Amino acid sequence: MTSLPNPSPKKLGLVIDLDTCVGCHACAVACKEWNDGGDFGPLPDVDPYGAEPNGVWFNRVHSYAVEQDTARGKREMTVHCPRSCLHCETPACVTVCPTGASYKRADDGIVLVDEDKCIGCQLCAWACPYGAREFSFERGTMQKCTLCVDRIYNETLDPADRKPACVAACPTRARHFGDLGDPDSDISKLVAERDGYALMPEFGYKPVNRYLPPRPRRDGSDVGATSNTPRDTALDRDKLPGVLRWLDRALSR
Amino acid sequence: MRPTFSIIFFTVASGTGYGIWFLLGLGLAVYWPTCAAPGPKGPEGVSLRLCTYPLLIDYMLAAGFVLVTTGLLSSLGHLGKPRRAWRALSQWRSSWLSREGVAALLTYLPAIGVVLPTITGWWQTRTLSPTDAFTPWFSFEALRPIGVALALGALVTVYCTAHIYSSLKPIRAWHNRYVTPAYLLFALYGGLLWLWALSTLPSGFIAVATRTFETHATHAALAITAAACALLKFFYWRDIDRTPPISAGRATGLDALGTVRTFEQPHTEENYLTHEMGFVLARAHSRRLRAIALLSAFLAPALIAGAAALLPFASNILAWPALAFGMLGLLVERWLFFAEAKHAVIGYYQH
Repeated sequence: MTSLPNPSPKKLGLVIDLDTCVGCHACAVACKEWNDGGDFGPLPDVDPYGAEPNGVWFNRVHSYAVEQDTARGKREMTVHCPRSCLHCETPACVTVCPTGASYKRADDGIVLVDEDKCIGCQLCAWACPYGAREFSFERGTMQKCTLCVDRIYNETLDPADRKPACVAACPTRARHFGDLGDPDSDISKLVAERDGYALMPEFGYKPVNRYLPPRPRRDGSDVGATSNTPRDTALDRDKLPGVLRWLDRALSR
Repeated sequence: MRPTFSIIFFTVASGTGYGIWFLLGLGLAVYWPTCAAPGPKGPEGVSLRLCTYPLLIDYMLAAGFVLVTTGLLSSLGHLGKPRRAWRALSQWRSSWLSREGVAALLTYLPAIGVVLPTITGWWQTRTLSPTDAFTPWFSFEALRPIGVALALGALVTVYCTAHIYSSLKPIRAWHNRYVTPAYLLFALYGGLLWLWALSTLPSGFIAVATRTFETHATHAALAITAAACALLKFFYWRDIDRTPPISAGRATGLDALGTVRTFEQPHTEENYLTHEMGFVLARAHSRRLRAIALLSAFLAPALIAGAAALLPFASNILAWPALAFGMLGLLVERWLFFAEAKHAVIGYYQH
C-alpha cells in the first residue's frame, strides 16, 4: 500500500553533525559494504575495476566551500555534507509508487523498497528532491537506504552494534542514530541544543533526519559573518552615534 | 532530466492516439447521429440511419489503437522489470502512474465497444432488404454512450499522464500550471492532424468531396488548435526561464552561513542521479530547438492548413506533410520537455 500510514510516534532517523564531519567517506564505504551483503543486497557495480566504474551507493558525501564575509575579511570554511535518505514523514517517493513496492513502515517510519514488487519505473527517484534513491540497472529495481533495518533490530548482534553501519563507522562521531519522535531521546536533545535543521523543508515532505550546523568560531570571528540570523540585520552601524561607531569598529577589528 | 526515447515516444504516440479516440468518441456522440441520413425502422423497432463516412470510424479506431498500443508497449521498455508491469494497476488510490495504467486499460473497453458492432455488422441492415445488405446503417442511440465513454476515457488517461509529471515538485519545469493543459491540448492537436489525414483515405469526407463543411471545419480547428498550442508553449517556456535553479546553498541549507560552492564532488564518475537528472545538452541549444519545435509542430501544419483552406482540391495531398511536420515537431517538443527540466537533486552537485 503506497498510501501513507498514520504518523507513528516513533520516528527513527539520523542526525548529522556538519561541524565534526571531516568528509572521510567512511560512512559511505561502510554502508556500501554492509548493504552489499545484508538482507537488501547485493549492490552490484557496473565496470567496477574499469575506467568508468558506476554503481549504487546509499550515501554520498558532498564537500563545499562556504565563503563568509567576516569582520576580519573574507574567509572560506569547508563543510562536508553527507546525503542519504531522510526517511521523510510524508514522502512523495512512497505515494507516487504505482505498485506498492515503495512503503513507509507504520511502526518506526523507515521508508523501504520491496524488491519483489518493484517494477523499476524510477518514478520514486524523480519524486525525491534529495536524491536518496538510486536505480540499479543490474538488478532492474530501485535501491535506497534502509536505515540498516537488518542491523538495528538484529538480535544476533551485540546491542552496541545495533545501529546503522554509517553511524558505527564514523570516526568523528558526526552521525547519530535514534528516535526523533521522542523529544526526550538523546538525539532529539542534541537537535534542540544545536539548532538542527531539515534539508529543503519547502517541499513539504517533512524530513526526519536533521543536520547540525557548524558551530560558531571560538575566536568570535563569525560575528558580522554573512548570515540569516537577525543579529546582523538589527544593527545599522551608520546610524550609531559617533562614539559607539568608533567602539563598534574597534571591537570588530 | 535525461530524455529517454521510450518515454518520449510513449507520451507522443499514446497522447496522439487518445486524441484520435477523443475525436472519434465525440463524433460518435455528437456528429454521426445528426449528420446521418434518416432511414427505415429496423426489425427491433430501432430507427436506423445511413452512416455517413463509415470507414472513417474504422480508420480512426485503427490509428488510435496502433498509436495507443505501441505507445503503451514502448513505456514498458522503460521499466527495469517489465514483466511485473501488471502490479502498476494496484495503487490507483495514491499514484498518478497507477491511475494512468487503469484508465488506459479501461479506455480499451469502449474502443472494443465500437469495434464489435463494426466487425459483426451489428449496426448494418441485415434484415431490412437484400439490396441493403452491405450498406452500413447506424443505430446512434446505441453508439452515443459508447462514444461518450471513449472520449471520456481518452481525456482521463491523458489527464493522468500529465499529472504524473505535473505532480513532481522536485522538477520545477514539470510542476508547472501549463503542463496539464499542454498535454491535453497537444493530444487533441495530434488527433486533429490524424483526422485530417485519415479523412483523405477512401470514403473519408475529404476523399468524397473537398468543399464540405467537415473539410473546412477540420482546417479551421487545426489552425486554431495549433495557434493555441504554440501560445501555451510560449508561456510555458517564459515561465520556466524565470525560475532560477536550486543552488547548492539552498539544497544544503548552508546559505545561512555564506556563499556556497562545491569544493569536491562526492564521486569522480557519473552516478545514476547525475546521469538521469543532470542532463545539460539541451540547455546549450535550447533556443534553436525551441524554434524548431514551434516551427515544425505548430507553425508549418497551421500554414499548410491555411493553404488547404484556400486550395480545397489540394487538401487530400497537403494533409500528409502537415501530419509529418506536426508529429516530428511534437517529438522535438517532448524531447525538450524532458531535456530542459532540471531536478532539485542537481542543486547538491551545483558548482
